[in-house]
Formats: sequence, structure tokens, C-alpha cells
Amino acid sequence: MTRTVILALRAALFWLMAAIAVNAQSPIQDLLQENRAAVEKASRKTIDGVIDELLASGLPQTREVLAKWREKEIWQRKEDGLFFFAKPLPNKNIQLFDIETGDPVGEFDKKAVKQLKPNSGVRSVIATALVRYQLTDPDPRKRAEGLRAIERGPEASHLAALRAAFEGEDDPALLARKQRLERLLTISYDEDSAARVAAIESFTGDLGVDARAALNPLTSTTRKAAAELPTNANIKAVIKPGTARLSRDQAYALLVAAELAPARITAAEKKDALIANIVEGSVAGTPIHTLDTDAARTQAYATLAAAGTVPAEVTAADVDAALAAHVFFDQYDEPDANVTDAAQEALTSISTKVGVNQMFDLALDGLSLASIYFLAAIGLAITFGVMGVINMAHGEFIMMGAYTGYVVQQVIPDYTVSIIVALPLAFAITFAAGVAMERLVIRWLYNRPLETLLATFGISIALQQLAKNIFGTQARPLTSPAWLDGALVFNDVVSISYIRIAIFVLSVIFLFLLLFVLNKTRLGLEVRAVTQNPRMAASMGINPDRINMLTFGLGSGIAGIAGVAIGLYAKVTSELGADYIVQSFMTVVVGGVGNIWGTLLGATMIGSLQKGIEWLNPSNTLAAQTYMIIFIIIFIQFRPKGIIALKGRAAGD
Amino acid sequence: MSTLLEVSGISVTFDGFRAINNLSFNIGNAELRAIIGPNGAGKTTFMDIVTGKTRPDEGRVIWGEKNISLLKMSESQIARAGVGRKFQRPTVFEDQSVFDNLLMALKKERGPFDVLLYRRSAQDRDKVHALADEIGLSAELPRKAGELAHGQKQWLEIGMLLAQEPRLLLVDEPAAGMSPAEREHTTNLLKEAAKTRAVVVVEHDMEFVRRLDCKVTVFHEGSVLAEGSLDHVTANQEVIDVYLGR
Amino acid sequence: MERSFFARNPSTLIFITILAVFTLGVTLLSEGLGVDVISTSMVKTLGKTLCLCLIAIAMDLVWGYCGILSLGHFAFFGLGGYMIGMWLMYERTKAIVVSATAGAPLPPTPQEIRDGIGTQIFGVVGGAEIPPIWYFADSLFAQLALVVLIPGLLALVFGWLAFRSRVTGVYLSILTQAMTLALSLYLFQNDSGLRGNNGLSGLQNLPGAENVPQSLISIYFLWASAAALALGYLLAAWIVGGKFGSVIRGIRDDEARVRFLGYHVEGYKLFVFTVTAIIAAIAGALYYPQAGIINPAEIAPIASIYLAVWVAIGGRGRLYGAVIGAAFVSLVSTWFTGGQAPDIPLGFYTVKWVDWWLVLLGLSFVAVTLFAPKGIGGLFDMLSGRLAPQRHGADLGPDQGSFREKEAEQ
Repeated sequence: MTRTVILALRAALFWLMAAIAVNAQSPIQDLLQENRAAVEKASRKTIDGVIDELLASGLPQTREVLAKWREKEIWQRKEDGLFFFAKPLPNKNIQLFDIETGDPVGEFDKKAVKQLKPNSGVRSVIATALVRYQLTDPDPRKRAEGLRAIERGPEASHLAALRAAFEGEDDPALLARKQRLERLLTISYDEDSAARVAAIESFTGDLGVDARAALNPLTSTTRKAAAELPTNANIKAVIKPGTARLSRDQAYALLVAAELAPARITAAEKKDALIANIVEGSVAGTPIHTLDTDAARTQAYATLAAAGTVPAEVTAADVDAALAAHVFFDQYDEPDANVTDAAQEALTSISTKVGVNQMFDLALDGLSLASIYFLAAIGLAITFGVMGVINMAHGEFIMMGAYTGYVVQQVIPDYTVSIIVALPLAFAITFAAGVAMERLVIRWLYNRPLETLLATFGISIALQQLAKNIFGTQARPLTSPAWLDGALVFNDVVSISYIRIAIFVLSVIFLFLLLFVLNKTRLGLEVRAVTQNPRMAASMGINPDRINMLTFGLGSGIAGIAGVAIGLYAKVTSELGADYIVQSFMTVVVGGVGNIWGTLLGATMIGSLQKGIEWLNPSNTLAAQTYMIIFIIIFIQFRPKGIIALKGRAAGD
Repeated sequence: MSTLLEVSGISVTFDGFRAINNLSFNIGNAELRAIIGPNGAGKTTFMDIVTGKTRPDEGRVIWGEKNISLLKMSESQIARAGVGRKFQRPTVFEDQSVFDNLLMALKKERGPFDVLLYRRSAQDRDKVHALADEIGLSAELPRKAGELAHGQKQWLEIGMLLAQEPRLLLVDEPAAGMSPAEREHTTNLLKEAAKTRAVVVVEHDMEFVRRLDCKVTVFHEGSVLAEGSLDHVTANQEVIDVYLGR
Repeated sequence: MERSFFARNPSTLIFITILAVFTLGVTLLSEGLGVDVISTSMVKTLGKTLCLCLIAIAMDLVWGYCGILSLGHFAFFGLGGYMIGMWLMYERTKAIVVSATAGAPLPPTPQEIRDGIGTQIFGVVGGAEIPPIWYFADSLFAQLALVVLIPGLLALVFGWLAFRSRVTGVYLSILTQAMTLALSLYLFQNDSGLRGNNGLSGLQNLPGAENVPQSLISIYFLWASAAALALGYLLAAWIVGGKFGSVIRGIRDDEARVRFLGYHVEGYKLFVFTVTAIIAAIAGALYYPQAGIINPAEIAPIASIYLAVWVAIGGRGRLYGAVIGAAFVSLVSTWFTGGQAPDIPLGFYTVKWVDWWLVLLGLSFVAVTLFAPKGIGGLFDMLSGRLAPQRHGADLGPDQGSFREKEAEQ
């Protein structure tokens, strides 16, 4: 009893205070009160006027009011119809705040107030109105956020907000984004055909994915059939049935779908109808065991149809007549012909430019693949070209390099340091392996190239199995340092990952290093001497054994470094080397033996060719490799000695 | 005497080096000819061109009575047309018997199916034996060619050339590494062969050339410097300068 | 007059005799027709080994005699298997489809049967249409013809391209390897029309012989394989025994010289390459019905390299060497990888042969190349004392008199 009294008293007190507060000047409250009916019973249709007035008033509280309204946090006091912000309290009462000042007004019983519950339509209108505030927010981050929100879910209503938000935008980047977005929205939502066409034309040759996303829906079409061509429709093209674009079956299916022709009886339906009409082992007088051909079934079905048991089959003549009696056409979903024409034109120009950029991107891809092949093949080219030795275990040296990188990473956790350690270590290890192999095996097989090929193959399978036994069959990761993550992005079409750039740089370094070693150093001189005339070189005091050993070590060492590089972007497995060996051979053969430039050209050709074929047939990399190998086989027809061939008597035998 | 082989105005360049420079050369039926010249004069390249191993950059190589161009033919076609060649190093099939070596060279149909269905006749065997007699290898017939001495290999190769029954024989340094007695035999073989066909011998050894007693052509820097009897060319001052008078 | 073929090639007679005795012995010890000492799967293994011996002969012809180290003959072997596999699988599936529709209210139309077969065979690669390359799959005769024609044509076209451009030596090896890789990659695709990496399976079931037990079928295939091996051996011996053999060995040793003798070297190489491809294809067509399954992995370049390994270990340039190599290595390999070989405990580590067999094979292969270039076949030379002088073309001296038999024998 006492409690009720106290509560009533407290309520009265608060009411008094509230009344005082309300009596103070509150333009926003006044504005809302003026439109009280529309606010209370807000609907999508009636709300616009209120919001426009609110926005036009320029009152500082408008934004918060709208935001709270949308969040259903505005309540109305029943007794005087005033609006308040509100917060439900744990004791089920409602704490009201003044909408002008935000000061607490008092605690009210739930029954004394009423929550405004705008429906979703109203809320979205309010949200649109709020976007304008967000776009003009003093905080640039907020503005960017607002733009992102529009980019994610553009709506017609955003258009006005965007246009209103140009003014006062002092960040040029944000202004550009706003303007771009405005043009995009104009394309999609503006009522004015001329404005849309102008916006569309402004995107001519634009590479952005968003531009294509805005333009593409404009050119979407629906294939239709009708008795005659509709005059008011925006028609892209009339299509004749029986052509590659529209087969007769498809055309008839269109007619059936449009209910312009009866559906054809499928073989399965025919079969079901026959089964349904089996009477004592025969259908329409035909014994069922004879119904094992399509002709017999059609005959039996025709008999049934003649008796009226089943619907008659649509004959070929019916189909012909139906197709002849109708027209087939692609109709734009967008009714405005000016817009579709402009969009079509803009898309054509965009696709031309995208094509050019894709070629550029493809060239980058090809280049990076080429640098990988170059790295993988150059060691082979040295041993093959200089010594005439085919090293089938070259792929396994690449694998050894990759595993070296993996092991180093297990020991040194810092990825940058471990890569810096792994590169020379991989070189050293594979150099040693190469020298050992040369000393133990290859030395004994000079001038017997086919046997060298087989012996090194034996080493190859042994090494591969050994790696399997040590490291297991599952792939081991070789993680690149963080600064190699990500990609260098030129535009929406052209980009290249930093790892690939790093591999490219590495292969360029090796190109020049090798050119330097072979052309400018004593070792290179001796190597060339031994290549051209080993006996003469020996008589000049050069030790061919030493040179062969060093050359082989050098070629193998580079394979090890290639292994680290390849391991960075592919998983390290015991089959890593085997995956590259055939391509490496191809590179050497296509390039021409015994020439670093030849290997470079060969790698470039094979790399870009493979990417090119993959581009023509992106779904199928297996087929791409097949075609590439076939191409190489044909290429060898025209340049049996490779792109850069040795000429003259030296090349003869 | 009618011309068997007419080479006119051929030139060939290897990587900027002009190995043959506007060279012309004729040889008639049943003529023995020696070609001499210093190293790099283009003797071997000349043989390469005639036998189809190297294609000249320009010039003509005309063969036989029907004036066929050899430049459009492959090595094997030229060989079948009647040009036989002996290389500097003796190249016989060392893994096979002397008999098989000679049999393979015997003038017969050369197509794969003809060879596959070939049945050795007594006539062919007699031919092989006759050849072996001529080159002095009768006793070595069942032996593997790889077991022969160097001079014997040279003869075997000459024997294989004769078995081909060529109309033109190109012989590259046949006497290299032979003892005097072997040289004598070789000289006789070549002279005998030249009675029925044209024989071109490339040789460094003046003594050997003198013994051949035939017309001599001197090559220098890819073209013909002089031509005539050995005495005639050795008297030529230019020849002495570039070659003999070194 | 000339002596008879067998008189000139005594090894041929010995080989055929041993093969006949072997086949008879296996038959008498088999489960199907004999005393059940050798299990059916072992009979199949032996039958497959005979097929491998046949392709080894082909390899020896093309490599040991003609000097072309082809790393592509297993591609022809696989193609032969695929060709016969198409018929086996199609007819087998047809039988299944027909029996499945036997209880249906209406008898099936030919089109319905075809559709059923298509779904059964190609459902696994997401298709139902029978690709055009299966056009002849319902005819045993046509597919048998294709066993010879397809690999033969491929070898002819590839060989023509390769030999015409005078690609030789290791270049040619790499090119053949590339061809094999291209073919296996192509077959790995699902839309190649040959079921992608699933390959063809169930090939051990002979259509029309559903009631014959596998134990008998395995014997029949053993006989067929032995007969094919015998015929292949005879054909190869005939080819290399005469003047043709002389020419191709000449090509192996000095191609240019043969050319200057007037032989069209490319034609000979093409002939040998194509004929051996066909032999390989026939071997494959006999092998895969015994193996039961074929997939593109069988065609991968590595298989062809193993083939070269067998021939090298057996001893190339002699036909029986190839047979011995193939039989020995493939049987030993089966023994090691089959888990039958005992593990070797080293205390700190146990050598499991399943893991270490390949290491052993690789290293022993290097050893054979280095120390016994004649392979196992070289042992026969030692036995018969037919040691040719190891001269490798080095001249002993300029004079006739300087030739010393003693030196040659060193």
C-alpha cells in the first residue's frame, strides 16, 4: 500500500519535472508533434513527408532521432503524446530521456508509454535518410564506411543521399569514390534515361569490376517466343530456330513453356503410357515382346492415341508448323533501348580494354612461369649443353633443395632468416651431391649419353624413394616470409604476387651471374674450352676432370636453389622434382642446347605458351599441358636444334 | 670426255666464316683426281656439299647425263644415285663381320621391305668374296670388323664403297696412318677403281699424290687456286706461297 | 645353300623350348587344370610377366638393335590395353544392363540399352553419353583391329615427325617421353572419353564366358601370352637375323655411314618404331585382361623408363637378354613390394623392403650400367667363352703386322 503511494508520488514528481523540460524550447519535439499522426502510424507511403521535413529543418538532433526511431528506441508518452528516447530498466519500467537534450526525464510504468514500432519498410526509408548523415559525417572513416555500405547493397534511395553528399567533401579520394558510386547508382536507378546514358558512357573503357557489375544486368536478355514480334518491347535480336544459337528442340521447348504449343511426349512418358495400358500381355493388340524398338512403340502408341486412350503424339509436321507460326527473339530485361544500346557499347569497349589488360596479366603470369622454368632448367642446360650429359636426377636435386629449405625452417623459426640461410645451404648440398654423382657415376659414362640417362634415372628413383622414406609421402610446407605475402595490384585485372616477383628477380640474378661466370671468369673460359675441344683444352693445361666436376656441381647447385624457390609457392613432396623434369627438358630442347640465352628463350616460350593455352581453355590444365607438348613436338620439326642452334661443323656430328 | 659432276659457284658460310667461296669444280667419267690444300681450305666441306650433308648458300651441283641437281636430294638418295664417300676416319660397322659389312654395302634395293625380305643368294656371296679378294681381306671375312687393324679397316671401307658400285668415289685421306706397303696397296686399289669410274682423292701427303699420278686441284680458302698435273701446280708460285712454301 | 633359320639362330629354338616347358609346367601345377600348387593369382602374375617379356623384346628391338632409346613404348602398351578394355567393359556392362532390364514390363529398345550402358560406364565421370570413340566397342573384331591400328598409327605419325627432322639420341628419348606424358595427361582428363583417372575396370571378366571360372581363364591367357611371346620372339629373331638386322645395327652404331651407303635411315627407324609399337600394343592387350584394370597412371613416362631398365639389366642387343631382364626384375619387384621379402632388423632401424626396394633397384641399376653394361645376358657370354675384344673402336696400330690377337683379348 505504502509502496504504491510512494510510486505514485515519484511518478507525479517526475511528471512535473518532465513537463518543465518539455515546456522549454524543443524545435524537434515540435516538429514531431506537428506530424504526430504520421509518426505514430508510420507507413512507407506516408513517412517520406515527415522525414523530408525533418531533414529540411536542419536540426542537430535529427540524426539521433532518426537513428533511435529506426532502432525502435523512441517511445511515446500516452498522456500527452510527447516522444522520448527510452531505455527499459531491469525493474520493467521504462527510463525516458528528452529528445532535445538527452537528459533523463524519469522512470515510467510500461503501461504509461508506448513504443514506436516502425515496420521494415519505414525502417529502410529511415536508414536511407541516415546514410546522408553518414556520408556527411565529419569523421572520414565514417564516411568511407557509409560508402562501403552502399557499395555492398546499393539501393535506389541512396542516389539522392549520395548526390547531396558531394558538397563539403574535402577528402578528394572520398569525393572521387562518391562521384563514381553516384554514377553507378545513376546507371541502375535513375529515372531519367538521358542521365543514365550519360553515366553509362562515362564508364567507357573502365576496368572496375563494379562498373561491369552495374552494366551487365542492363544487357541481360530473356529468350521468348510469341505469335508475332511485340512492338513495344526492347528487343535485342530475332532468332531463327534451327540455327546454332537456337536448336529446333530448344525453340519448341520455348513454345511449350509459353503454352503456345502442346508438350511433346517423351520416350519415358510413352513407355509409361504403354505400360499403363498393358492388357493381357499386349498393348493395343500388339504383343509386348515385340515392343523392343522405338518404331514398334511409336506404332503401338499411335494405336492407343487413335482410340483416344492417350493424348496424340506431336508429329514432326506439328513441330514444323508451330515453329513456322511463331517468332523467337531475345528481349532485353531493361525496357529502355537507349540505355541498353549505350550499355552494350560501353561493355564492348570495356571488354576490349579488359582483354588488353588480361593479355598483360597473362604476359605477367607467363613471365613468372617462365622464370620458374628457367630456374629449373638452367642447371640442366649447363650440364646438358656443356657436358652432353642428360641428368635425369636433376629433378631430384630440385627436390633436395626444397627439402633443405624445409629442414632449415624447422631449425630456424624466423622465415626471413631461414630463407637467407636456406638458399646458400641448398646450393652447397646439391653442389656436393652433384659433384659426388659426377665422380662416382657420370665420369665413367662420358660419350655414352643414353647410358648416362639411364644411370642417372636409377639415381633419380633411389633419391625419390629415399626422400619418401625420410620425410614421408605427405606434403611439407615451406613458408615464405611475411613480406612476400600479398600481391602487387595494378588494377582490377592485372596483379602479380610478390613471391612470383621474387622468383623472377632470382632468375634474373642467376641469368646475369651465369653469363658473368661463363663469359668473364677464368672458370668460364676453361668451361668453354673444354666444351669445344676437350683434348685441346687438356693439352693447354686445363684439367677437364676438374672442369666437368665443377660444371656439374654448378648445374646441380642451381637446381637446389630452384628447389627452394619452387618450394615457396608449391608444396614440397618427393615428387616435386619429377613434376618439373619434363618441362625442364622441353625448355632445354626448345631453347637449343649449350646456350644460356637459348634456355631463357625456351623457358619464355614454354611458360607463356602454357599460360596462353590455359587461358584459351581455363577449365582444363591437363589438356593445356597435352596441347603444349604436342606443340613442342611439332616445333621440333621446324627447329630440330632449338631456337638458338649451333651452326657449322661443330654442330654436325 | 663427258662431265659426270659439275659444281659451279657454290658458297657456304658457317657463323660468318666463309668455308667455301664461289667454288667451281668438274670431273668426268673414269677420271682420277687428287685434291690438295692446307687445313681449312674447304676440302671436307666440299665433300659434305656433294654428298648432301651440308647445303650450300648458293651455287649449283649438277650430276650425270640427265643433269640432275644434287642439292634437292637427301644423303641416301645421292648415295643411291652413285656417289660413294669414304670418311677420314675409317668408319666401318665394328660390331659386325667383314662379310656383313660388305653385304650391306652391296648394290641392291635399299627399301626397308626389300631388305627385310632379302634372301642371300649364292651370287651375292660370290660377289662379296670377289670384293674381299680385291681388297685383300678374304681371310678376315667371318671376323668382326672391330678386330681389324687400322689399314684393313681403310681397305674394308674402300671395299664397301666399291660394293656400292658408285660412279663417283670421294675418298678423304685414305693413306693416313698407313705403312708404306699398305699405301702401295691403297694406291693400286684407287687406280684400279678409277678405270671404270670417277675417283676424287683428298690427301695431304704429296708422296701419295705423286704415286696416284693424276690431275691435281689445289684448294685454298674455299676456292680453286690451281689445277693441272702435280708438277704443274707445284711450280705455281701462288701454290708455293700458300701451301708448299710454308 | 644358306642354312635354315633355326640353324642360324640356335638360341631361338632353346628359348621356344624353355617357354613351352614353362607353360606346360605352370598348367600342370595350376589351380584350374592341374594339381593346384600355383594359385590363380600367381598364374595371372606369370601370364602378365610373359606379356612384359614381349614388350621387353619390342624395347630391345628398338633400343638394343636400332639404338632408339624410346621412353614411350609403354604408351603403346597401355593403348593396346585400352582398346581391348573398351570391348571387354562395353560387352560386360551390356550383359549387366540386359539382365537388369529382363524383368521390366516392356522389353528394352536398343537405345535404352545404350543409355543404360552409358550411365553405367560413364556415371563415374559425370556423363551418360557414350563418346564417339566407343563407336566400335561392341565389336570384338573391330577393337582387336584397333589394338594394332591405333598404336601403330600413333607410332607412325610420331615417328615420321621425329625421324624426319633428324631428332636423335637423348633428344629423341626426351621427345618420346614428352609424347607419353602428353598421352597420359590427356587420358587423365574426365572428358577424354576413357573415364579419366578411373580407367577401365572389371576387365578380367570375359563377356560370354561368365560361367568359366577365373582359374581356367587365367590358364587360357597364360597360353595366349606364351604363344604371343613365342611368335614375337620368332618375328624379332627373323627381323634382326638377316640383312635388315645388319642395317639397323649399323644405324645404331653409325647412322651417317648407313645413310652414305644409300639406305634411307628414317624409313628403317620408322619401320622398327612402328612394328615394335604394335608388338607392345599386342602385349598390352593381353596384359590388361589379366590385370583386370587399366588407368592412365600405367602409361606415365616412368613405366617406359622401367622398361628400359629391364632391358638394360637383362642385356640389350640380344633378345633373350630382354626377356630375362623383364621376367627377373618384374618378378623380383613383385616379391619385394608384395611384402613377402623378410625385413632386415638393423637394431636402430628396420629395413622394410616395401620402402627400400626402389632404392635398391635404382642403385643396382646404376651398378649394372657401370659395371655390367651387358647385363645378365653377359653371363651367357662368359659361360660360352665368347668374349669379344673390348676395343670400342680404338685402333690397335697402323700396320697389319701390329695387330696382335693377344692385345685384343685383354
